[in-house]
Amino acid sequence: MSQMIKVAITVNGQHTTAMVEPRTLLVQYLRDNLNLTATNVGCDTSSCGACTVHLNGEAVKSCTILAVQADGENVTTVEGLANGNEMHPMQQAFMANHGLQCGYCTPGMVMAAISLVKDIPNPTEEDVRIGLEGNLCRCTGYHNIVQSVLAYAEGK
Amino acid sequence: MGGSILGNRVVRKEDPKFLTTGGKYVDDLFDEPLLAGALHVTYVRSTVAHGQIISIDTSTAKDMDGVVAVFTAESLGLELMPAGLNKSAKRAFLARDKVRYVGEPLAAIVATSRTAGEDAAETVVVDYNVLPAVVDVREAAESTVHLFEEVGSNIVFDSMNLGAPDNSGPEFFDGCEVVVRETIVNQRVAPCPMEVRGSAVAWVDGRLHQWLSTQHAQGAHSSLCRTFGYEPANVRVIAPDVGGGFGAKIGLYGEELLLSVMSQQLGRPLIWRESRSESMVALGHGRAQVQEIAIGGSRDGRVHAYQLKVLQDCGGWVDSAAFLAPFMTRPMSQGVYDIDRIECRTLSIVTNTTPVVPYRGAGRPEATAAIERAMDLFAAEIGMDPVDVRSKNLIQPFNEPYQTKMGQTYDVGNYIESLNRVTVAAKYSELRAEQAKRRAAGDTVQLGIGVSVYVEITGGGGTGDTAKIEVLENGRAKVYTGTSPHGQGHDTAWSMLASDQTGIPMDRIEVIHGDTDLVPKGGGTFGSRSLQQGGAAVHVAAVELVDIARGLAATLLEANEDDIVLDKENGAFHVAGSPSVNKTWADLAVAKKSEGGLVHAIDFRVDGATFPFGAHVAVVEVDTETGKVRHIAHTTCDDAGTVLNPLLRDGQIHGGVAQGSAQALLEEVLYDPDGNPTTSNLADYAMISAAEVPSVTIVMMETPTFMNPLGAKGIGESGSIGATPAVQSAVCDALLHLGVRHVDMPATPERVWRAIHTAKSGVGQ
Repeated sequence: MSQMIKVAITVNGQHTTAMVEPRTLLVQYLRDNLNLTATNVGCDTSSCGACTVHLNGEAVKSCTILAVQADGENVTTVEGLANGNEMHPMQQAFMANHGLQCGYCTPGMVMAAISLVKDIPNPTEEDVRIGLEGNLCRCTGYHNIVQSVLAYAEGK
Repeated sequence: MGGSILGNRVVRKEDPKFLTTGGKYVDDLFDEPLLAGALHVTYVRSTVAHGQIISIDTSTAKDMDGVVAVFTAESLGLELMPAGLNKSAKRAFLARDKVRYVGEPLAAIVATSRTAGEDAAETVVVDYNVLPAVVDVREAAESTVHLFEEVGSNIVFDSMNLGAPDNSGPEFFDGCEVVVRETIVNQRVAPCPMEVRGSAVAWVDGRLHQWLSTQHAQGAHSSLCRTFGYEPANVRVIAPDVGGGFGAKIGLYGEELLLSVMSQQLGRPLIWRESRSESMVALGHGRAQVQEIAIGGSRDGRVHAYQLKVLQDCGGWVDSAAFLAPFMTRPMSQGVYDIDRIECRTLSIVTNTTPVVPYRGAGRPEATAAIERAMDLFAAEIGMDPVDVRSKNLIQPFNEPYQTKMGQTYDVGNYIESLNRVTVAAKYSELRAEQAKRRAAGDTVQLGIGVSVYVEITGGGGTGDTAKIEVLENGRAKVYTGTSPHGQGHDTAWSMLASDQTGIPMDRIEVIHGDTDLVPKGGGTFGSRSLQQGGAAVHVAAVELVDIARGLAATLLEANEDDIVLDKENGAFHVAGSPSVNKTWADLAVAKKSEGGLVHAIDFRVDGATFPFGAHVAVVEVDTETGKVRHIAHTTCDDAGTVLNPLLRDGQIHGGVAQGSAQALLEEVLYDPDGNPTTSNLADYAMISAAEVPSVTIVMMETPTFMNPLGAKGIGESGSIGATPAVQSAVCDALLHLGVRHVDMPATPERVWRAIHTAKSGVGQ
């Protein structure tokens, strides 16, 4: 067993801390140490985007970051988006437009989508499709995910 | 209108959970008390495609930190077991004497953490006597190297065993002015559900609890009992949220079955979850057929004879893949056409590759692809528009059962109408005009238009499903269903069905599925069966429950039952004209409390399958200099009978179209000549993304079936069945004027570029 390192990460506004192996990925920290299991792991090559979270407000694939790299930083997962019982407008847009089926890619997709519209406030369909290229979904054919993101961007 | 909610676009009530806290998948069971202290299982997998096992050295692994146990076929005493379709082919759940594909499980490490298990798996040394790998299905059919020596061949099943005539002689095409032949490849693809396989087990007081990412909990329950002789009452299978299946999670895999055995030996709960890289070689693959097609007819566009020979690549095991070609592709090989003579022979062949399983459409997309490609080749040969050739040969509209030459009884069909609607909506004539313009101008980027017309079988093999509705004393209801959604939206759809009859609001209805303690009997979700069987069961149960409740209300109100009406707005029964004196659902549930509650269960039966149909138009742009294809537009007219919720219907079509486009243009599982997989993760495998597929235009058409009271046919697989040949056809169409007659899937830039240059140089023409 390798040497354990202490990390302190603010997750969804809460201060969290744990002793972790240096090789621990941020997604493992979120899932295994904090039991925040909405963030999913869909691959092992950083291809699928199911684990996308926000690191200091920017979308990142949490399998590409070590927990120790997020030490002292701010992380938001899909669990941290809603305001009480009121879902974030992007979550509402996904529901209104049937932007999810099995739900596995959904948390990562929503986090990526919010970041995308922050970068491109009035995206075209093409912008959305290219912007979400790193987030894979097998159920929806992406049609309604794109519609959700466009509806959110228009409704802002 | 007012009244019924059925047919309306209703957003999903299950969505807030998935959007806020996420689904509860097998890997998310950290708070399940029965799994406290669970150990992690890691499988050691074969790194060679074909070889005799000389030894498996697990000594280093056993001594590593965190490792609790290491199991092999020998240490578990696993016996060889025969395959369903060919009893001479035998294997054990962990390879015993021989490995037959890269990824085949050889040993299991049980460790205190997943990482400890993975570290230990790396240290297991397997000594093989490596044998020549049989990778190509055509070579496998002829090869003297056999995967299962006892079979004496790699051909494990021949449809001629079913008594079908051979009809392979040239006289089959007597009287045809034109005969076109081609060998086409329906390539191997990976199902890629976003959630890979996973399972957890715990034995409690001699009773097995197994959580499983599956499409069919009750089927898994049967498999466990059948395989290990467990008492059915001592097994509970639970499907928590399941992150997609697409057919690959119908059957139970060896890795899942063995967990209960290892857990029993160790007296500890176990959790197993494969990695994506494991999943790409160990979750079943889809399709994998080589098809020899021959089509003959006259120059006026009439087709007289069609012959299909299928070589189904089963991969390294015989199970479900061996069924696909003879029992799914062959029966649907006639498609939507009225053809005088038709025959289809299928050979199921094993190779040193990952076993093949059902994948969205499971044998029917392959049947459709074959005959649609044949129609296009025939159209091109006689210089007729592909839509015209199809129109001339379609089965005429029918509202009564239609017997096909392949032994199927199609329920209802109006193929020409779906073709007409989709070509109008896609502006087919304008597309042809644009294409002619680009061809005349010699544009670098050419336009291709592909058309397909299909019919498929849904709910095949199923005979119905169970439903139970229980009304609680607070007026809420629970609906128990034998189907098992993993994205299809049954929570919403089944709530709509129950609410429509009872008037109980959808948000006061809970849908329960996938737990064999709560739903002991059920058919699961696959083959586009759920609404027409499981949903229809809920509908019928609700209708009957209202009758029962009416009788009860009559007794309580001391009235004649015939005078009692249900006020659905208020969820209360009263004498017609006297709404103020009433009995609510809650009242009735309370009244029935001493008699086991207000509950009604049925086992709903259907007489057979339904045959949804439709037509697609795909539009592609092909860069003739680079070979790059862009799928730029897609229009569908899919007739699944009466639609319950267009929101869900459209979602199913969208997903299927993307998977069809993916197969036509991008995705292919590849092996090197030694049987080493070269697409064994999502970086190497070209899984389709949002940037590669267009939005889909959906044209409505609803021809109800008489096979169930909802009038519903399946929709889950229509998209992939219709889209795959339409997109492939569009690519070929874009290149027709350059002398290209066929491009195999996936139409990668290299393949398209080569086709153009081969045609240019005249080679092979």
